Amino acid sequence: MSFLGYTVLPRTQTSALALLAVPLVTIVLSIVTMVIMFSLLGADPGVVLYSFFIEPLASSYNLGELLIKASPLILIAQGLAIGFRARVWNIGAEGQLIIGAICASLLPIFWPDSQSAWMLPGMILIGALAGMAWAGIAAYLKASFNASEIIVTLMLTEIAKQVLYYLLTGPLRDPSGYNFPQSVMFPDAGLYPTFGGDGVRANLSVLITLVVTVGCWIFVTRSFAAFRLMVGGVASDAARYAGFSQRRAIWMSLLIGGAAAGLAGVGEIAGPIGKLQPILSPGYGYAAIIVAFLGGLHPVGIFFAGLFMALVYVGGDIALVSAGVPASAPVVFQGLLLIFYLASYFFVRHEVRRVPQATGLRGAA
Amino acid sequence: MLMASGGAPIAGVPTTSLLRLDGISKSYGSLVANDKIDIDIRPGQIHAVLGENGAGKSTLMKMIFGVIQPDAGAIYWKGRQTEIASPARARALGIGMVFQHFSLFETITVAENISFTVPGDKRELSRRIREASEAFGLAVEPDALVYKLSVGERQRVELVRCLLQEPSLLILDEPTSVLTPQAVETLFVTLRMLSDKGIAILYISHKLEEIRALCHSATILRHGQVTGHVDPREETSRSLAKMMIGRDIPRSAHAEARPDANVALRVNGLSTWQRDAHAVNLKGVCLEVRRGEILGIAGVSGNGQQALSRYLSGEETLPATRKGEIEILGAAVGHLGAADRRRQGLSFIPEERLGRGAAPGLSLNDNMLLTGHRLGMVARGFIRKRVRDEHAERCIREMDVRCGGSKSNASSLSGGNLQKFIVGREMMLRPKVMVVAQPTWGIDVGAAAMVRQKLVDLRDEGVSILVISEELEELFEISDRMAVMFEGRMSLPVHTRATTPERIGQMMVGLFDAQEEMTTEAAQ
Repeated sequence: MSFLGYTVLPRTQTSALALLAVPLVTIVLSIVTMVIMFSLLGADPGVVLYSFFIEPLASSYNLGELLIKASPLILIAQGLAIGFRARVWNIGAEGQLIIGAICASLLPIFWPDSQSAWMLPGMILIGALAGMAWAGIAAYLKASFNASEIIVTLMLTEIAKQVLYYLLTGPLRDPSGYNFPQSVMFPDAGLYPTFGGDGVRANLSVLITLVVTVGCWIFVTRSFAAFRLMVGGVASDAARYAGFSQRRAIWMSLLIGGAAAGLAGVGEIAGPIGKLQPILSPGYGYAAIIVAFLGGLHPVGIFFAGLFMALVYVGGDIALVSAGVPASAPVVFQGLLLIFYLASYFFVRHEVRRVPQATGLRGAA
Repeated sequence: MLMASGGAPIAGVPTTSLLRLDGISKSYGSLVANDKIDIDIRPGQIHAVLGENGAGKSTLMKMIFGVIQPDAGAIYWKGRQTEIASPARARALGIGMVFQHFSLFETITVAENISFTVPGDKRELSRRIREASEAFGLAVEPDALVYKLSVGERQRVELVRCLLQEPSLLILDEPTSVLTPQAVETLFVTLRMLSDKGIAILYISHKLEEIRALCHSATILRHGQVTGHVDPREETSRSLAKMMIGRDIPRSAHAEARPDANVALRVNGLSTWQRDAHAVNLKGVCLEVRRGEILGIAGVSGNGQQALSRYLSGEETLPATRKGEIEILGAAVGHLGAADRRRQGLSFIPEERLGRGAAPGLSLNDNMLLTGHRLGMVARGFIRKRVRDEHAERCIREMDVRCGGSKSNASSLSGGNLQKFIVGREMMLRPKVMVVAQPTWGIDVGAAAMVRQKLVDLRDEGVSILVISEELEELFEISDRMAVMFEGRMSLPVHTRATTPERIGQMMVGLFDAQEEMTTEAAQ
């Protein structure tokens, strides 16, 4: 494979520095490209940059928004990363989030007047279990029939959406809600307490994310189970040789990812939304995949990558108004991140070299 | 020895140089792989490059074949300084190479494979293949599908492919590692014929006897430097080995085994039915290893050894209804996975060290944890890093593993050192039964001697050991009884001290049913 006298070859060695450089290069290239793109659309680059990256940090309200967006992203990405390290590709966190949210919402919907202190813990538990169960379907199909978990989790997301639409237009619809497809508002007992002052929407689900992050960090760096998963990912033959069960790796990866996504679902309905509605997440389940990789599949890296991605969401909303960029700006930026990540990572593993002087016999293997 | 590096002139061989390397050097970072290497080869000369693994043989060959470029020094081809920028350039000059691992597509025919590198239409090519195979005594059928060919036949295809490009220099990398003793003889006849026709041969090997039998001259490498240019016909294996490793080989003299009657590992008619057309299925394999003996399994690679080791290790398992086909210490274990079998007292050392026996990219500490976790390295699900590191360091110390400490990446170790680490780790598990595949495959003489000695020591402690190896010499050195695998079948075992390499060589091409009948008759 050569082009204009250049060819791409696999590198014999990859440096640790290069691996660290990947997220940084990705972010810089994405920002530069985004600014160029929006400038071409007539936006002022300075305003775009300011509203994307400075303004979200400039007020306590915006900081609160940043936190409640970062929280589900980090939470889901932590769960997914454990599976990704074992090369189990759960792409359907969005669906697990939806099912977690639906099941957790049953408590406040059926007991809308309850003031029980057990309501919120119950929702958290049910949400996590439901997310696990939804991901467990993919685990079962993969472990028993070797069905690709990529496709199964992705398709289960579509099913989850349809289940949500059905329930909201039927059984779970608010009877006095003028036929809008949404549930009753949850009682206070079914909502996370907020903090940070009046009007700030940041709530205690952030705490759950922090606890999960620390838990994941301990799990990944110290536990034997995470070691087994990791060996299965980097050297599947060695894992087989050592007798680390592949089935167990599949189940564990998907269940952990599903639980995290289900928890994130609870964070949405018991947080800023406060009810069950057709749109529960602006694609957190997919964006979290990018967060997981941008964070190098490491709990600490994911924490910062999640904050950065939240910045893009909040900044995108602000830039929509102040710089006149299209509403799809955050999604465009996510796309840029993904593409530049894949490209930079490719060059960690490969190098471009000049083809040695032509001999007429090139390509003969 | 002080001659212009090449040994005595050979009758009928022109004295002009074909390939001359002048002070060739190559470094990778701080590691000097080749340090000012001089070699001189004349047409028709069979020249050996001899050295342990890691001595720099492969680096040198890659530079001659244009895969990598030297940092310093010059290459002279037919007297003119030449830059060999790529393998294509090397081929254009007239250099052919047969690699240790063949590069043939298995699902297409011999002629189609050869057509990738040799131009011309297929009928013409088939005719040329037949001509060449007759001229050089290399029986090759152009229309045969490659996957049906034995390893020896595949090697002949590679050779013919090189010869059709009419090379003046042929590089052979460890060509006999996959051949039976009889096939080695045939190969040597061909190589001598090529030499008579004026083709020079660079013969890379660590098998001293072969080099003495075949080569006109030899260059010996150690740690990237030339330690001697000699005429191998005038040297003894011992003197060659000494130049190769810089000291006398620790010769292991093993006392006879004293096995007791307890069978620790038993295989009862193990058969497999894999549908993959390329897989060799096991056909009713039976064997017994008693406490305190080494049973060697000989055979040309690709006759079912891989399947056997996978089923023994538990990487492949049997359905519960057939669990009795494999027994460890009297318990049926056929249905158990690798971890459960380890718990029963089995240890396994696979032929692939990097990627299977050890995980590349992970430290030696982590690789100790891979199978050593039962030695108190895990408490309540958490890794006890101190215990893990202590074990890894002890293993490194006791097995004399050369590395930058227990934090070194497994990929950074040479094959021999990694194998010593894996053997040490599996020994630490205090196994009752040990299965070892290709224990010294591709590792240096010093490490190989140590690994074999450790196996014998283990045997003397009462461990039952099954060694699957392609190296007959090795099996004759360490095993107490030997059996041969051919096309998935297993011969009856014979006592090593009561047989000869020639006899085993015949069994390696499948001539053991008659022998079995004879034994049965004798028994009746």
